Amino acid sequence: MRIGLFATCLGDTLFPEAVKSTAVLLARLGHDVVFPPGQTCCGQMHVNTGYQREPVPLVRNFAEQFGDASIDAVVMPSGSCAGSVRHQHEIIAERYGDAALRSGVATVKAKTYELSEFLVDVLDATDVGAYFPHRVTYHPTCHSLRMLRVGEKPLRLLRAVDSIDLVELPEADACCGFGGTFAVKNADTSTAMLQDKMRNVATTGAAVCTAGDSSCLMHIGGGLSRIKSGTRTLHLAQILSSTRTAPHVLTEAAR
Amino acid sequence: MSSTFLGMPATPPRSPYGTGNLRGDRKFPAAAHDDLGNEQLRRNLGKATHTIRAKRLHVTGELPDWEELRDAGSAIKTDTMNRLPELLEELERKVTERGGTVHWARDGGEANEIVARLIKETGSKEVIKVKSMATQEIGLNEHLESIGITPYETDLAELIVQLAHDKPSHILVPAIHRNRDEIREIFLKEIPGVDPSLDNVPAHLAAAARAYLREKFMTTKVAVSGANFGIAETGTLSVVESEGNGRMCLTLPDTLITVMGIEKVLPRYQDLEVFLQLLPRSSTGERMNPYTSMWTGVTPGDGPQTFHLVLLDNGRTAALADRIGREALNCIRCSACLNVCPVYERAGGHAYGSTYPGPIGAVLTPQLAGMHAAKDDPNSSLPFASSLCGACFDACPVKIDIPSLLVELRHQHTEQSGTTAEKLAMKAAAGVMKSPKLFTAAQKASGLGRVIAGRDGKISRLPPPFNGWSDSRDTPAPPKETFRSWLASAEGAATMRAAADDYAQNRQQEEEK
Repeated sequence: MRIGLFATCLGDTLFPEAVKSTAVLLARLGHDVVFPPGQTCCGQMHVNTGYQREPVPLVRNFAEQFGDASIDAVVMPSGSCAGSVRHQHEIIAERYGDAALRSGVATVKAKTYELSEFLVDVLDATDVGAYFPHRVTYHPTCHSLRMLRVGEKPLRLLRAVDSIDLVELPEADACCGFGGTFAVKNADTSTAMLQDKMRNVATTGAAVCTAGDSSCLMHIGGGLSRIKSGTRTLHLAQILSSTRTAPHVLTEAAR
Repeated sequence: MSSTFLGMPATPPRSPYGTGNLRGDRKFPAAAHDDLGNEQLRRNLGKATHTIRAKRLHVTGELPDWEELRDAGSAIKTDTMNRLPELLEELERKVTERGGTVHWARDGGEANEIVARLIKETGSKEVIKVKSMATQEIGLNEHLESIGITPYETDLAELIVQLAHDKPSHILVPAIHRNRDEIREIFLKEIPGVDPSLDNVPAHLAAAARAYLREKFMTTKVAVSGANFGIAETGTLSVVESEGNGRMCLTLPDTLITVMGIEKVLPRYQDLEVFLQLLPRSSTGERMNPYTSMWTGVTPGDGPQTFHLVLLDNGRTAALADRIGREALNCIRCSACLNVCPVYERAGGHAYGSTYPGPIGAVLTPQLAGMHAAKDDPNSSLPFASSLCGACFDACPVKIDIPSLLVELRHQHTEQSGTTAEKLAMKAAAGVMKSPKLFTAAQKASGLGRVIAGRDGKISRLPPPFNGWSDSRDTPAPPKETFRSWLASAEGAATMRAAADDYAQNRQQEEEK
């Protein structure tokens, strides 16, 4: 398949390792990964903060970059960005766009996938040949869980990883407290939610807390780093792209 | 030729500013800040919400047609809102036919005056009350007290709140923020003639309240209630409850006055078969609530011989006028969304400043009372009091898409707000992000973040408005290389080639086998 990789603005700029892993993983599974160089941001932050006129050019740019019929699927290592493309772009196009934008948005929406969905639903792959000999706990991010309904898919992928010690996260489906600008506007409430999430992560004794969204991991990881917990965060793609011949080497976690 | 100006249809009025209990005095983040510091409150809330959550999941999970019931509930409510005027007129007709009197109140002030006048006409100086959100919303108790009429709340938790001169913090469990020791203190201080050796055993506390209330039930001639449902087809009103106090109030007095929000009407009697399954399972986590009372007008020789129904608008027509926001009127006040909300669980109900807290309150309150009625209206902070995690949508028995409504109200807020620093920043960000060239330049500039990072590559302090973030989280310094520059580099190209070669080799090995 010819896969259009959407790096997401956050992944491209702050968490490139997660995007690299996504690209390498898809190539290793035999797919042609293309990176439309004009891509920037899906506009989710704008929409979720209440701004719908401002992201119109971003929505248009996304549809133009990935609309090409030669791209079979658009894949991104983020549940919330995939959620934005699938659920919010049409709201923006409907309200502030023209007919061309509405049709462009509908075309791209139909072929947009979050990474775990794409692997399990489209490629029918659960064992992707990964090797990761560490204790891992998985946090299902809210938008992947309740907007995209990825369900057990990320866990099925993780269970198939060679040598992994996968432990269940208590109260896994509780929000970590990130919520985009929520973490800035309601920093105290967000922190209270983060503390409970970190407490649950600590009970697992995991070396790694993983998830499908770099944004939530930035939040959880930022908190774990501050309290020097010894658990680090890694994107799901970084575990799935780790192999026996090229294993992911864990960096020292803050203690 | 003369022309007649027919006028533009005006926006229906919201609940008037400065009346009732639909607006706090502070914005959510400030109010939440104080409540988050109350360890006792957080423990009470955490324990209570987790318990109800587990019960709800148990009794909703056992029904094979739960999802179909939710769909039915949503469909009936949507149909109701689409033809609200005709259904209300039908309800009025039926109630009148059966001997009741219907009153229409445009807002809380009018409703308070109507109820006060009706009580005065009976000559009574006191009323017993069934727990009611509508009368909390309009501040009926405060109004009655101001004219010398004493209201007695008879729901146990509502009584605790009233005796403590406090406000409810939960739709269903108004005293969820109080524990048994606090309740004992309140009873000792406020119930006349209470046994001074009263301890904190729940059964003893309930018995003390029971003894106090029993006398009120037997002697008070007027009751005020809310309504869970009003059936247009038959004129039947219904209240569901757990303690039996409602049944006492609805049957013992001579006069019954019911205040009902206009959105509580249902078209058909049969619709109750859907809602009497959805409501108890979603609210208390019970298969059936202990008491379901239904009454139709006046029945000679049985129950109250005078019945008044006060139909309350108070901003509901304004909400109905919003094509998207009107979905919030479908709410049946079960409070399942509060119990699953991670924000409510931490901040508590008082932080919302409204009779309606939690996720549903964050979308209902701004629509009933507005969020731009004054400068820096506290209600404008409510749509932002959510991480948009979506747990409320999954729990809602009538499938109200609360996260989407929150996003819509956030948009309405920014549209109303004129030019703000945030809007300028959002415009600037969009201006950069729409151009790949500018975006790439901005990514390079973000590398400057490495300058403020510590030796461990982490940024531990950020300037306002990001200081709240950095108070409890480290932020990694932007890496030296973005993904796109890595991909364009020789190393990136070689890595991608190697991954493709890996695949080719594996294929070859498999074919050779």
